[in-house]
Amino acid sequence: MKNKLHQLFAVIGLALTALVFSAPANAQLRIETSGVGATQIPIAIAGFSNENLAPQQVTAIIKADLERSGFFKIIDTGDVISETTQVNLGDWKARGADALVVGSVQRLADGRFDVRYKLMDTVKSAQLSGLAMAAPPERTRTTAHKIADDIYEKLIGGRGAFATRIAYIIKAGKEYRLEVADADGEGTQVALRSNEPIISPAWSPDGTKVAYVSFEAKKPVVYVQNLITKQRIVVANYKGSNSAPSWSPDGSKLAIALARDGLTQVYVVNADGGGLRRLTQTNGIDTEPQFSADGQNIYFTSDRSGGPQIYKMSANGGDAQRVTFGGSYNISPRISPDGKTLAYISQRSGRFQLYALDLGNGQEQRLSDTVKDESPSFSPNGKYIMYATESGRRGSLAVVSVDGRVKQRLTMQAGDIREPTWGPFMK
Amino acid sequence: MLNIRNFALIVASAILLAACSSPVKLEDKAAPVVESGAGGADTRSVNTVDAGSTDPLNQPGGILSKRSIYFDFDSYIVKDEFKSVVEAHAQYLNSHKNRKIIIQGNTDDRGGREYNLALGQKRAEAVRKALVLLGVSDTQVEAVSLGKEKPKALGSDEASYAENRRSDIVYQ
Repeated sequence: MKNKLHQLFAVIGLALTALVFSAPANAQLRIETSGVGATQIPIAIAGFSNENLAPQQVTAIIKADLERSGFFKIIDTGDVISETTQVNLGDWKARGADALVVGSVQRLADGRFDVRYKLMDTVKSAQLSGLAMAAPPERTRTTAHKIADDIYEKLIGGRGAFATRIAYIIKAGKEYRLEVADADGEGTQVALRSNEPIISPAWSPDGTKVAYVSFEAKKPVVYVQNLITKQRIVVANYKGSNSAPSWSPDGSKLAIALARDGLTQVYVVNADGGGLRRLTQTNGIDTEPQFSADGQNIYFTSDRSGGPQIYKMSANGGDAQRVTFGGSYNISPRISPDGKTLAYISQRSGRFQLYALDLGNGQEQRLSDTVKDESPSFSPNGKYIMYATESGRRGSLAVVSVDGRVKQRLTMQAGDIREPTWGPFMK
Repeated sequence: MLNIRNFALIVASAILLAACSSPVKLEDKAAPVVESGAGGADTRSVNTVDAGSTDPLNQPGGILSKRSIYFDFDSYIVKDEFKSVVEAHAQYLNSHKNRKIIIQGNTDDRGGREYNLALGQKRAEAVRKALVLLGVSDTQVEAVSLGKEKPKALGSDEASYAENRRSDIVYQ
């Protein structure tokens, strides 16, 4: 039985690959999904009337989002149905769909596109949701993602993360770039180009800035860059190495790792670079600080007990409690938005793999089958973890659901991708 | 009328008269010394070159041309075989107080980026401490890390890993 399921998933994966190749030629992107969520809702998505007017086909993006989530089974239909059309929901139920999505696209006089949609429950024979959104043509993708978010929220529950963005570093030849893309890897934009490495990008809570470590001065220095204005400030360039920026949830401070007193230790600094305060005082390495979502605690990596393990302390410093106990090498802590799960990288038998720890009952679960995982990052709804891994001899991005059931691999064809960080919810 | 014979007679008489009037010993009269500087350069002057005064830092094959200190796996102490390199750079920095160095610590590519940045820092710091113990001023040395970001060797074999576990001394 398991063999047949694997074959089915492989077919779905291949079908998805074909679907994504219908994207614009310069996307150079491949997404492979495997596995399914605990529930799978069969949903039919009709073509939206006049959707070929807009720069992107909205329903193609909605279908790709829902399928990638692992929680939906897309029922094939060639029908085009606008939200004003009378629909026989019983017919659709008979075709195996529990839900039906219909809609339309219209070009407004001011050049914007008005996209309308309705979500229908075929079992209850009722409308579950409807939206009307007007946006400029370059925001067509975002509009489609917002519809997918709405469908996800109404049928699965919790907030969808399809309309979010990611940032990552790409190394292509001798050039390093910090890039921003939609969560599905489309719509890439370059935020920074450099001939020296860039590491540890971190989104500000309002999604307008990225902090990162740049080696352009031939040593690691922490910068904050405003993505809109391109303005950069140096947040930390003390003697020695400056690294590992992590924003406080209110965006006013950054926790960082500094080696200004010899050993790498955790400090906190205001977002404008003032008010430096040291938080740890050990004889080992303390690094990779991460604020909890409520801003009360900081998780961090420390080798004070020998090998690196993950600890937790108050955001004001002081005593730290050890959090990880499995294995002798645990690094890169990331805390889920609800504070209940810790994602991290653990080295076991020479493999570096993504793990998740239930902070309530202490149970850990290995989430990947690859051997060189790095840099985990939670989606803002806490349902998925994106991380960097190696595919062939190049870095690529992978996504896994927090329960480990749904896996995705994003491969950009040119370049070595690393250090992904998932952006926040935005309007 | 003045003819040659008469002229010679007059000159000879003048010489006899001069010789009689003031006796001068020719060998006592020194040749006039020409002072250099005021007029053109003295083409006879000789200035000394001290072969030891070219900067030893730039001597190819000299101990100061060694700028890398290598570390064992999981190790952050300067091995005995590199003590002479450290001593040579300490001596140079102590006698050239205007020179500054940055020490860049590196790791092999196994492990997380930020943790390896901190491990590379330990390797840079080990060399910095050794120099400071030999009297080098704090203001002349900065220890920084490149972690695993700028490997010299790109392979995944032991030889490549060993090449990357390294601190480099970079003169500013």
